[in-house]
Amino acid sequence: MDDSTSIMLDAIRLLLSGDAELWAIIAVSFQVSSAAILISIPPALAIAFILAYADFPGRRLLISIFNTLLAVPAVVIGLTFYLLLSHQGPFGDWKLLFTQSAMVLGQAALSFPILVAMGHAAFQAIDKRAWETARTLGASPTLALYTVMREARFGLLAALFAAYGRIIAEVGASMMLGGNILHYTRNIPTAIALETSKGEFSQGIALGLVLITLAFTLNTSLQYFQGKGHITN
Amino acid sequence: MNLPLSIFLMLVSLLYLRPGFSDTNIVDNPDRIIRLATTTSTDNSGLLSYLLPAFEKKTGYRVHVIAVGTGKALRMGRDGDADVLLVHAPAAEIEFIKTGYGDERYPVMYNDFILVGPASNPANIKAGPVISDALQQIADNNSTFISRGDNSGTHKKELSLWQAKKIQPAGKWYREVGQGMGKVLQMAAELNAYTLTDRGTWLAYQEKSPLKILNEGDPQLYNPYHIIALNPQRFPDINYRGASTLISWITSTAGQSLIAEFRLNNTLLFKPSANVRQLAKQTSEH
Repeated sequence: MDDSTSIMLDAIRLLLSGDAELWAIIAVSFQVSSAAILISIPPALAIAFILAYADFPGRRLLISIFNTLLAVPAVVIGLTFYLLLSHQGPFGDWKLLFTQSAMVLGQAALSFPILVAMGHAAFQAIDKRAWETARTLGASPTLALYTVMREARFGLLAALFAAYGRIIAEVGASMMLGGNILHYTRNIPTAIALETSKGEFSQGIALGLVLITLAFTLNTSLQYFQGKGHITN
Repeated sequence: MNLPLSIFLMLVSLLYLRPGFSDTNIVDNPDRIIRLATTTSTDNSGLLSYLLPAFEKKTGYRVHVIAVGTGKALRMGRDGDADVLLVHAPAAEIEFIKTGYGDERYPVMYNDFILVGPASNPANIKAGPVISDALQQIADNNSTFISRGDNSGTHKKELSLWQAKKIQPAGKWYREVGQGMGKVLQMAAELNAYTLTDRGTWLAYQEKSPLKILNEGDPQLYNPYHIIALNPQRFPDINYRGASTLISWITSTAGQSLIAEFRLNNTLLFKPSANVRQLAKQTSEH
């Protein structure tokens, strides 16, 4: 077996050489995870907002449920959707199993509780008077919501990046729902799992480097957009 | 919130506009897609990525390969989650067809199973062509043996070999790991263990592996691969036409000679086995 330095060098060479297969895998990852997060953001943040600002019976229970869902393993989500989407399952007619759409569904479901739980925490940290003030000053509900979201942007962006980080690095659900089909549903994590099982460590490391680079970029931009990252008045 | 989000959206749309994207992602027309559930051995060895482009180019179909163990592939077949299966577990295949899930099976190719283990050979296995003696020695010696444990074709074969010798494989020396063949070869190497592998995967890993072939050549180790379309009566909405086209092609002279030429590390991996009678039968059907 090669020593780790040469595996690392091979990996970097692969990335820089623009290996078409490698970049196709990277593209699948981003397409699927981005679609998933875009689908879950609006309903998740709406629920987060309602949980933080409205008072209704069962609110605390709902919060507990979403917090519990944070702990559900990706493979369980994967298996659940597998059974739903399988030809034998209730939604078999949609023929979605082993497609990118199935992966998007699974990943959206995975990101949803993170967005709700962390979004709720972010909204809750904002003084309720921000909403009331905006409304009294004549802001429409949309504008008032925008104001509150601006106030809560630090926490909301953290929720967004946490959710994106989870689904783009997730292997269990993608493997089950996508089937790891080359050029179609093979994304970075399932490719790493496959390459490792084949003993092709360089390819695995190269893909791992992409994920780490992504995480770093996300975190850097998070800091930039969140502002200075310390308490101000 | 607005600025980062719009940048994010822009990046995402850029991804979709990436040249060649639509090319790698034909999902619009499901009739042109064939879902092939197959074993890890055909995919990990590189056979399918060598074989299928020729088929796709000739017919315009696109084959989505889902590489799992034979057990899982047959399971996907029973659920109607694939169109066609390329598998290697004769007994299970016959059962699959008899119970009405599969259409008919056609031989595609064969190779053989081999017993590999550490060069030090702690169970002192003789190189002879009798696999059951070798397994007996492993069991008597309590030498570590790694089993696929995943219901795959290789796993089924391994279980039938123990059974033939009336050995109950259990105990600390017998480890079921539930992983693909490649992973099992890696684990066997790390743990100085014996394992049964198909020759195709072994040839793909040989160079990286400290293990050695310790027993081969027993007729019991014959490893035939069959292709089976799902039964269109039972699963009316599968792509039966696509599946039949793939079957005709893979058993045709063109497909068979490509299989015969496929080499890995300069070694032939599979021997084609679709015989003339079946070819004639298929041409009359289509």
